[in-house]
Amino acid sequence: MGKSFAEKIFSMKLGKDLTAGTIVSVKPDYVLTHDNAAAILGTFQKMGGENLYDKNQAVIILDHIVPAANEKAAANHQKIRMFVAEQEIESFYDCGRGVCHQVMVEEGFALPGKFIVGSDSHTTTYGALGAFSTGIGRSEAAGIWATGEIWLKVPESMKIVISGKPSKYLTSKDVLLYIAGRIKADGALYKSIEFSGEYVESLSLADRLVLTNMAVELGAKNGYCAPDEKVFKYLEERNINAGSYNPIYPDPDAEYAETIEINVENVPFTIACPDSVDNAKNADELKNVRVHQVLLGTCTNGRIEDFRMAAELLKGKKINKNTRLLVLPASSEIYLQAMEEGLLKVFVEAGGIILNPGCGPCLGAHEGVMAPGEVTVSTANRNFRGRMGCNTAYIYLASPYVAAASALKGRIATPDEI
Amino acid sequence: MSVIKGRVFIYGDDVNTDVIFPGKYTYTVTDPKEMALHALEDEDPAFIKEVSKGDIIIAGKNFGCGSSREQAAFCFKYLEMGAVVAESFSRIYFRNCINAGLPTLEVRNVKDKVRRGDVVTIDTEKGTLTISSGEVFSFPPLPPEVAGIMDAGGLNNYIKKKISEKKG
Repeated sequence: MGKSFAEKIFSMKLGKDLTAGTIVSVKPDYVLTHDNAAAILGTFQKMGGENLYDKNQAVIILDHIVPAANEKAAANHQKIRMFVAEQEIESFYDCGRGVCHQVMVEEGFALPGKFIVGSDSHTTTYGALGAFSTGIGRSEAAGIWATGEIWLKVPESMKIVISGKPSKYLTSKDVLLYIAGRIKADGALYKSIEFSGEYVESLSLADRLVLTNMAVELGAKNGYCAPDEKVFKYLEERNINAGSYNPIYPDPDAEYAETIEINVENVPFTIACPDSVDNAKNADELKNVRVHQVLLGTCTNGRIEDFRMAAELLKGKKINKNTRLLVLPASSEIYLQAMEEGLLKVFVEAGGIILNPGCGPCLGAHEGVMAPGEVTVSTANRNFRGRMGCNTAYIYLASPYVAAASALKGRIATPDEI
Repeated sequence: MSVIKGRVFIYGDDVNTDVIFPGKYTYTVTDPKEMALHALEDEDPAFIKEVSKGDIIIAGKNFGCGSSREQAAFCFKYLEMGAVVAESFSRIYFRNCINAGLPTLEVRNVKDKVRRGDVVTIDTEKGTLTISSGEVFSFPPLPPEVAGIMDAGGLNNYIKKKISEKKG
């Protein structure tokens, strides 16, 4: 019997033959932390940790409350900077560089065959480049700082095969939300999802990152797309030497706990309604929902490709006077690129507000907090009650096209209306 | 502690960590006592008024889905709750509960057989949960690697021991 991607990467990492269900202690290539590194440092010290077991394993990217919204957040950042200097951690990115998951890709940590854990649930993102990556808790990150290792179970795998040619304006976000509606928030619980099929192959890396970013919303341990020429070309353009990574592919006769088939020709513009990601509906049924705020960006859909989609609809137009548009680039690099391409001009002229790269409004800590009863259409990955800082506000998750159309109309709208 | 007896609070499927511990507090509330006071704030505001030491959560599928925030597990630990029981757990949440040293048990088919305020008895050695009618539900033991962390009282103590053994 052949091996799934997960079985293969665990076997290679541990140097022995492993199958799903086995628990192992593993030394990840990288452990990502962000603003929570301050709390992790406290735990690390309580554990008796003095120096990092392997400082090259640690990657710290400040993104959650940047720039600091208050004294407490500022003191957290300060504590982290002091620790970084003291331990001589080289892989540190301060406020403004971007959301950790995008920075991990841009800075070349997320590579085919790498084994990465992070104290953030959306660490699953890097599977789009063929890495194994999964979220862990804060204490576990402290444990890795101290010992280099963590226990993990080799997950069972599930195949999601996506076929068909998408209609105009249909994006991988619509497809993922549609899948969430179909298999539900625990549809892939504890499993490794392998996304495959002609549709996945046709997607750009940016569009694949949406699938793996949101794999965790299906309960998955990790998401994976087979790295291909598109990935290799992206890495080459970033001067990342092909010798520095090792693509891993599942065997054709690997065993899967489940296989799901989706044809994108049957997928409508899809929106996840409050208060769960699997509460998916056809956008056409929601056109009477008034929209007060639109959030375009985040680690799910804050890449240049997403901004181009939104700008295509917004160019030369004004958003509805009763709607606010927040634009949140996933990284400083994307911010610059959007500036060079004139996209920021399009957004500002349309009435949008450009925020600095970071997590900002997505987790309700600062920037774009909602008022009771308000509705936000967001391109982020979560719409749980209270997520954006107010527990009586409503969040609808959608693609960049649907978000831009909704900003223009002041109600939920689809791109074909514009 | 192999026998845990406590009153239960019942919750449904897919209870996420944002409603257990809202994101707006993740970088402002750091004191354990204060953290405990926000437990289940956006799911069940009455919970914090009614809960007492030793009480038990019994939930449906995928409990603790969403963010990896550890506070959503530690808030129950700081309330000194007896155990968290669910039909199934979101994987990071399960790990966080174990790391907090909080008895974390996957028990099937019990949620609909109990009501808020009922008293249940859990025997972690025998792997049984007994409800007030006397009906018994069994659950598998934790794998040894994971049980080791629970036995140490959580990941903090577990790693501390590991480090001091190495030094000693």
